[in-house]
Amino acid sequence: MKKILIVEDSDSTRAMMRAIVEDIGEDFHVIEAANGFEALKILPAENFDLIITDINMPDINGLELINFIKTSPRYNDIPLIIVSTESTEEDRRRGMALGADDYITKPFKPEQLKDSILKHLGR
Amino acid sequence: MSSKREFIIEAEELLSEAEELLLQIQEGLDEEVDPDSINALFRTVHTLKGISGLFGHEGLQNFCHSLENLLDDIRMGRVELSETTVDFLFRQHDFLKSSIKKVSEGKEVDVEPEVKEIEDFRASPKKEGPSDDLNSLLGEDILKVLSEYEEHRLRENLKKQKGIYIAQQVFELSDFDKKLKAITEKIKKKGELIATLPVSEGVPEGSIGFKLLIASQSPAEELNLGIKVDTIKEPLKKKPRPRAQPLKKEASKVDSIKSSTTTVRVDIEKLDMVLNTVGELALTHGAIKRIEDELLEQFGYDRLVFDIHRVAQSFTRKLKELQDFLLELRMVPVGQIFSRISQIVRRYSKQLNKPVELKIFGEETEIDKYIAEEIVDPLMHIVRNSIDHGIEDEETRLRLGKNRTGQICLRAYQRGYNVVVEVEDDGRGLELDRIREKAVKTGLITGDEKLTEKEIVDLIFKPGFSTSDTVTEVSGRGVGMDVVKDRVAALGGYVDVSTEKDRFTRISLILPITLAIIKSLLVRVGPHQFAIALSSIAETVQIKRTELQSIEGRFVYNLRDEPLPVVPLDRYYGIGNGKAGEDAFIVVAGFGERRVGLLVDEVQGSQDLVIKSLGEYFEGLKGFAGAAEVGRHEVVMVIDVESIIEEALVSYKGVKS
Repeated sequence: MKKILIVEDSDSTRAMMRAIVEDIGEDFHVIEAANGFEALKILPAENFDLIITDINMPDINGLELINFIKTSPRYNDIPLIIVSTESTEEDRRRGMALGADDYITKPFKPEQLKDSILKHLGR
Repeated sequence: MSSKREFIIEAEELLSEAEELLLQIQEGLDEEVDPDSINALFRTVHTLKGISGLFGHEGLQNFCHSLENLLDDIRMGRVELSETTVDFLFRQHDFLKSSIKKVSEGKEVDVEPEVKEIEDFRASPKKEGPSDDLNSLLGEDILKVLSEYEEHRLRENLKKQKGIYIAQQVFELSDFDKKLKAITEKIKKKGELIATLPVSEGVPEGSIGFKLLIASQSPAEELNLGIKVDTIKEPLKKKPRPRAQPLKKEASKVDSIKSSTTTVRVDIEKLDMVLNTVGELALTHGAIKRIEDELLEQFGYDRLVFDIHRVAQSFTRKLKELQDFLLELRMVPVGQIFSRISQIVRRYSKQLNKPVELKIFGEETEIDKYIAEEIVDPLMHIVRNSIDHGIEDEETRLRLGKNRTGQICLRAYQRGYNVVVEVEDDGRGLELDRIREKAVKTGLITGDEKLTEKEIVDLIFKPGFSTSDTVTEVSGRGVGMDVVKDRVAALGGYVDVSTEKDRFTRISLILPITLAIIKSLLVRVGPHQFAIALSSIAETVQIKRTELQSIEGRFVYNLRDEPLPVVPLDRYYGIGNGKAGEDAFIVVAGFGERRVGLLVDEVQGSQDLVIKSLGEYFEGLKGFAGAAEVGRHEVVMVIDVESIIEEALVSYKGVKS
């Protein structure tokens, strides 16, 4: 079973991403966080195989979350995909510099997200 | 729920958020605009753009993209935030609103001209960016995590010679968000929270550490956050300008944080479905009671009979609780729509160059979400009328010894089973002569007709009275007071006007609190049972039929020395069987001068009813607002009190005077 954490503050986008991930296969399980704080709380409770995060969010933004994950010995080897719009290009670049593994630009096609997920899960 | 619907729901929510933020920004223009509001507005448009793209609305996406660029320029200080800018943003907001409406109707949106307009606006003179060297100030470990925007805020604060601090603390994982938010609130009172960095290094299991990057004018010891604070850069030694934070703003901030984490959005139709099921449960409940009665009759006070009695009682209680909870879910504070109205007041007073002060009372009063939405347009129309026709120009006001600035009050309060929403202006009052003149001109009355003041005031509600000068920009259609009256009547409410020359005009919408479950009075007329909403009943009076006076075939009852027109319901509905007894009841419906007595044979007590519409088939049926089940699969008709009052007042006009 693959556990995937989706961090995204838009309800409809999150729902759409969940649908795309669950469509990959029955053993894909999605856990949602509507903001960075929620993500921080959920992280220690589960062993995630992959994390997908938006950048522009309230409380703590994606960069701060990525930095936390990538500097923590417990989480730093979990593959992390940034999903954000092109307007946050500079921030996305900073996110990649902080150790994010891939990025997808919104709006995206379902295949793009699927491909990236499968690639980073080593399938 | 279809994904399109989900998109529309979120888009509309984002829009109203944006509106709220724009208002906050506008309010801040005089002193200091909270950078958080601008950033939040940026994020709102950003999210809207994101979902527009995902759901395939390319036009909207392009528009949002331009708007987002503009907002980015503003938050990064490249475009100055002035009144012009805020006005421009309001216009774009209106465009977005109408576009989303179009999309929801499945229409195309052409954004080309607007996008061009925004690009032109962005091309206007820009401010120079700063170039401090941040590396000498902050360690790489923090700098590299900052987003472009956070970096910009850091520079801005440095430019203003604010002190820069880093606060650090380790929290329990279980409640760090609550504690952090409390600290954040404290920080915002004394400065700005630039960034919140979670850290994992050197933090024990089950805990989480945070570094907070803060800018403030206060020295470190005054920050007083209850956690460790390191000074990075001393603030400029200067007495900070004392500035009282408006309390209201604080409260709304706390609210918005709360709502982003603990609320669930539900389509109101879904709530209605649940409500219907609960209504059916009420019928099941009736059946259990009946079985209980029969068992009691057959077996007496057997242990099992007692048992079912107890169970039935607890069922009753729980059902009541369930209904109450459900009703509560539909309720929203009137303040939600007041904020939209206040925007119209500000913009319109500016357009007409009439300074207006807006006062709001009772914004916490709760009302059914559906009703709240339905009265927005009517309220907007009333408010526009107030500013346009009510409030005098400055010169006239000064001559009359009034304050230069006009005043408009938005007021809401609960009165019995009703919520009253009022708009009151301190303008010239309704000009009865002019209204009369206009009514004669438009052929509503003849020149020699004698009318009381009240009747003249009522003319403004006649279809055809309002002319093209009341076409609103808000809805793009002509909404006259007749439409206001109809809309409110459709909700089971009515409109009341009181006015005094050169003093004030007050227009009150008297509305039921909810449409979902209506507390109703059950009455009997001959063999038939009817329901009347308690919200439209003032009192009931037991009388003898002989006490009724008949004038020209119409009945009048002397209620505390006031003649009350009485409508015998058997006659009204044509169901009389001539067997009515001596005793009868008058249900006094309506309030103030709009009162009518409904004559019934018996008053049978009150009950909560889920009222269903009669549907197209019975459309022509007059005098009924709907039907409801009252248990044991019995259906009663719900009386449309408003239309009976309306009719009676017309036909009794001659009789009363």
